[in-house]
Amino acid sequence: MRGDPLLAARGLATWYELRRWGFLHQGWVRAVDGVSFQLAEGEAVAVVGESGCGKSTLAKTLLGLVRPLRGEVWFEGRRLGGADDWRWYRRRVGYVQQDPYGALPPFMSVRRILEEPLVVNGVSSPSKRRARVVEALEAVQLVPPEEFLPRFPHMLSGGQQQRLVVARATLLGPRLLVADEPVSMLDASVRAEVLQLLRSLQQSHRLSVVYITHDLSTVRHFCERVLVMYAGKLVEQAQVTDLLREPKHPYTQALLAAIPDPDPENARRLRPVPPGEPPSLVRPPEGCRFHPRCPAAIPGVCDRREPPDFEVGAGHVAACWLYEGARTVTAAPAVEGGGSP
Amino acid sequence: MRGTLRELVRYPSALAGLAILAFLVGISVYALVAIPYPEAVRLWSGGEAAWPRNPRNARPEWLNWLWGGRLPRTLVVHSPRVPARERDLGSGVREVQFDLPFEYRYRRFPTEVAVFVYADYQEQAPQLELSWRTPTGSELRLADLTPRRQDIYRLSADAELRRNLGGAPEQMLFSTADRPGEAVPGRYTLTVRAFLFEPGSSVRAELVVYGEVYGLAGTDHLRRDLLLPLLWGTPIALAFGLLAAVGSSLSTLLIAAVGAWYGGWVDGLIQRITEVNLILPGLPILIMIGTLYSRSLWVILGAVILLGIFGGGIKTYRALFLQVKEAPYVEAARAYGVGNLRMVAVYLVPRAIPVLLPQFVTLIPGFVFLEATLALLGLGDPVLPTWGKVIEDAYRAGALYVGYTYWVLEPAFMLMLSGLAFTLLGFALDRVFNPRLREL
Repeated sequence: MRGDPLLAARGLATWYELRRWGFLHQGWVRAVDGVSFQLAEGEAVAVVGESGCGKSTLAKTLLGLVRPLRGEVWFEGRRLGGADDWRWYRRRVGYVQQDPYGALPPFMSVRRILEEPLVVNGVSSPSKRRARVVEALEAVQLVPPEEFLPRFPHMLSGGQQQRLVVARATLLGPRLLVADEPVSMLDASVRAEVLQLLRSLQQSHRLSVVYITHDLSTVRHFCERVLVMYAGKLVEQAQVTDLLREPKHPYTQALLAAIPDPDPENARRLRPVPPGEPPSLVRPPEGCRFHPRCPAAIPGVCDRREPPDFEVGAGHVAACWLYEGARTVTAAPAVEGGGSP
Repeated sequence: MRGTLRELVRYPSALAGLAILAFLVGISVYALVAIPYPEAVRLWSGGEAAWPRNPRNARPEWLNWLWGGRLPRTLVVHSPRVPARERDLGSGVREVQFDLPFEYRYRRFPTEVAVFVYADYQEQAPQLELSWRTPTGSELRLADLTPRRQDIYRLSADAELRRNLGGAPEQMLFSTADRPGEAVPGRYTLTVRAFLFEPGSSVRAELVVYGEVYGLAGTDHLRRDLLLPLLWGTPIALAFGLLAAVGSSLSTLLIAAVGAWYGGWVDGLIQRITEVNLILPGLPILIMIGTLYSRSLWVILGAVILLGIFGGGIKTYRALFLQVKEAPYVEAARAYGVGNLRMVAVYLVPRAIPVLLPQFVTLIPGFVFLEATLALLGLGDPVLPTWGKVIEDAYRAGALYVGYTYWVLEPAFMLMLSGLAFTLLGFALDRVFNPRLREL
């Protein structure tokens, strides 16, 4: 990893409380449960995993939309504790959402949409705001800006809408961009265009990006590093090339095997798919959370003890007992299962 | 907004609604400008004294078109400036005589006859002798009187005259013995002979033969011109309806948004208050306020708004806001730092405007009718001339049984017109906004 990390998460846990009759405690949904990682300045990292593994909750936690129950978030060497820290932090983070149309208030014009973050963050001079808005529109190639300013979201195409969302996310000059499946609702033709835009913005502004996706095929263009998430935990972290060439964790291997290849042979071949479904996040399995579906599970080990992060290569970490011999990176996360905080 | 307006005028019903509304607003402006508020209150609550020369319960004049001009109009005859004859009787006594002639052209009888006397004297009032001459030439001594400085002598109410004539004076004086049920058209003359006892004193008289029609709107049982409450009722009704609708629906919207956004105990409290309020019967509460506290229109308006704040609308809007609250754009706004108040006011509430606006417009006539209902129950504002008060008076006088249909129909027509305007407009607005509602 290069230099000081811009963002560091340590043992981050975001649990949602389940209540009965609106007040009786019934349990927790452990959407994010002990996640630690670092993100360098200008680095793009992908978080992959299947639906319901806690990716979006991680994104919301990183945006400060949901407060973590435990764990720490450090940003630019500052620990985010009180509300003031989070407010300070929010100005430095941009958010690109999945559904571009839903992400834009339908009753506001493009101009209002882009001015809102400026108004909220204290840019009170209208001429300054207008200049920033025009600049932002040009940066995402919504040109000529004058033509787009009075339009409403429903008058834009899907790709234009998503570019507007990107413009809004980068308007305040953030250091970090959290993109939650930014292209999954777009047409394939528009996808590449939006990804390229994100990539070029990232490079020109030295933005760090957390790119959340379930689609490994888009990760290659975009990110240096990949975090694989399963049932609220990170199971593997590696450089993109390493991960794709040599996935260590059985879950990652299964995930990679599921990427469709444009190979006609596929029609005649049945791929091995891990049996079962992702586990319940309310009562996750004991030990390694993947063990009930894992083809390589070691009885007596995987179903008893939670695996720590083992360093399986340079900058390659996997939380799996198969690599027990390797050096552990960190002690197992601060959060041991069970109990309320 | 401009787009909405442009779309709106494509609907004929909206155009009709807007036209009626413009008409009502025009009436309101005219009423407020032409009859200032204190004047309106004086004329309305001054009762009969404010309109002595108006006939009682007269129909609107334009009804004469249907009746072929057979309904008599009110005639007012002033005494001449210079008396026809003046004679000095010596020892300071003068005799003055003048005629008040008029042409009566109707077969129907007048409703009343009265003589307004204005006597100018220091101590000793003059004495008057009134006599009546019919077109057939017969002459009749009506009465002798000693008037006060300003006096009204109502022939129709003179019991002695009635006895002498053997029937209602306004009929007997206008008919002949051979055709008792019909007035004889022609020239009638009232002769006033006055004896003045002071050098500087004088006397003037005015004969009023009350007809059966009056003005554009007719009169009520207190001789008041109904045009006054019909004109003045318009701004009052519009203001009451509009304020009540704005007050209750805007506050409802805001409260629903606040409840939905903050959730938790705030939402719970708002919901419980609403549920309790929904079981409370509004009309009895208003009746209690009107009876025990004040019948002022503005107090009632305040009560209506208060009762409406936690109305059923809260449930509808809350459902809408709970949905909007989860919208990605709200999440995005939180991410770029929008605070709670701005979120409610700028991000949630505008989303409900398309739902609110048509509802709001169709809500207005309900409040206008409520004002009329309260008036009918005797809880109308005691001083303001409103449509509801006219209906109440008509109802108390049994107008429909006696045949004064105009008295009920005129205010009812105004109520209907205002209801129609807002309903037409509301339906059109609903159609304009409905395609967008599907996007929610």
